[in-house]
Amino acid sequence: MQASHLPTTTASRLALTFCGVAGLIFLVLPIFIVVPMSFSASRFLAFPPPAWSVRWYNEYFTSAEWMLATGVSLQVAAATCLLATPIGVAAAYAVHIRKTRASEIAYALLMVPLMIPHIIVAVGVFFLFARIKLNNTLTGIMLAHTMLAIPFVLITTLSGLQGFDMNQERAAQSLGVNRLTAFLKVTAPQIKGSIIAGALFAFISSLDEVVVSLFLSGGPTSTLPKRMFVALRDEVDPTIAAISSLLIFASLGIGLGAVVASRKS
Amino acid sequence: MASEHSAGRQALLLLPGLLFIGLLLLLPLLWLLALSFYDNGLSLAHYARLIDDASYYKSFLLTFEIAGSVTVVAMLIGYPLCYWMLGLSPFWQRVAIICVLIPFWTSLLVRTYAWLVLLQRRGLVNSGLQSLGLIEEPLALMYNATGTSIGMTHILLPFLVLPLFANMQTIDRDLLKAAAALGGSPGFVFWRVFFPLSLPGLTAGALLVFVLSIGYYVTPQLLGGGSTVMIGQLIQRNIELFSSWGAASAVSMVLLLMVMAVFLLMSRYLSLDRVFGAR
Repeated sequence: MQASHLPTTTASRLALTFCGVAGLIFLVLPIFIVVPMSFSASRFLAFPPPAWSVRWYNEYFTSAEWMLATGVSLQVAAATCLLATPIGVAAAYAVHIRKTRASEIAYALLMVPLMIPHIIVAVGVFFLFARIKLNNTLTGIMLAHTMLAIPFVLITTLSGLQGFDMNQERAAQSLGVNRLTAFLKVTAPQIKGSIIAGALFAFISSLDEVVVSLFLSGGPTSTLPKRMFVALRDEVDPTIAAISSLLIFASLGIGLGAVVASRKS
Repeated sequence: MASEHSAGRQALLLLPGLLFIGLLLLLPLLWLLALSFYDNGLSLAHYARLIDDASYYKSFLLTFEIAGSVTVVAMLIGYPLCYWMLGLSPFWQRVAIICVLIPFWTSLLVRTYAWLVLLQRRGLVNSGLQSLGLIEEPLALMYNATGTSIGMTHILLPFLVLPLFANMQTIDRDLLKAAAALGGSPGFVFWRVFFPLSLPGLTAGALLVFVLSIGYYVTPQLLGGGSTVMIGQLIQRNIELFSSWGAASAVSMVLLLMVMAVFLLMSRYLSLDRVFGAR
């Protein structure tokens, strides 16, 4: 067994198992605690809930405000995904085919959004959008989210390309197909899983984004996370528990989908 | 050769992405840089305020305290966790990785909300401790630096675990066997062979947690209450409360400089796509 190669004694192995299991519980349990809370009949956040109900789900699905914000977020996330995916795939392909000093700098620049604190991005883009009247518009939020999502597509597509034999594409070209067709017919189908994973991450990164939306959106263009943030700041409204539970299962599904997709390619 | 790719084609493929970064990231950052030096003419007033005004100093200090404690606690939880995962069978290892990825995928706001529920005066943590008889009165776990640190540790722990675990997996087990065969006790083999080899992963993970902590905004704003003002909130307040773009820009530039310095240091231990690739 593998474990025997690791230096441990019986006593320390017990302590280690305890630490490991406790660590995993610390990571996972707090998230799922939200789910039973969302089925509480009470306004107050008592645990376990005194009685069960679906009133907070009702509240969410019948509230015009929450539905509007949900619609905004889904639209922005879909647009972000549709824009960031081709841009990221094109960039990944470009970085992969030819490694030069310039392409390495370009790659580093495209990764910068992952490093910069979102509060700085939010302030900077807000200032820019104030000049060109893009604040409080869906276009503005979507453009900012696309910029933030490009690195996710870039990374997953690149990892897919690294496992792909580029000679196949060259062979297709030597048989008389042009480059674009060769990419679409030969390369893309084989790295499809990585591209789908990247697209899913782009979608969820937009759906979950809080700070930039906080600055760029408002009123009828408020995204779901912005409304949730404002609601949490003012008072702890149990409707948030219902929305959070729905979001947990959405991101779980998308995350697992991305893992399965990228395994396949 | 016809199938070779030209530099022109490569540039064309990169162009859309670079346009987004250039127009929506670099341009605004340059603009903030310019604003930070402007106060009715070229001036260092906004930077001088960072030094003179005690509230700025306090905010930077608090940010480092919180980021430092989050990093240390994440290392203390994350290192044993990774070492334990390393000894599991492939199936349970995959289960454990999924458990680490679940919080990684879940919305930041949802995770912060979960802690808001748990850490309340009458929340699960307080009532649990009370029923165990460990405390008499509920602890003030929220609307202070403690709550902020607990929430941020939970949120950032995967960023330590993923690179550290990846690093531990590359450690050659034969070295450990050799050390044991030569008579090294388990403690000796761990501290003199395994631990030093895992240091690059631990350093990279810890730096990543630290650098992400210093730029945090959402969690301290919701869990920290009015008195816990980290650098991110300092920037937001300067704009929303005082409309002071110069001051906000100067703070942003200092934060940006610190973040970039840490990433530069980190790139010596780990390439960035490894870190974020798991997302």
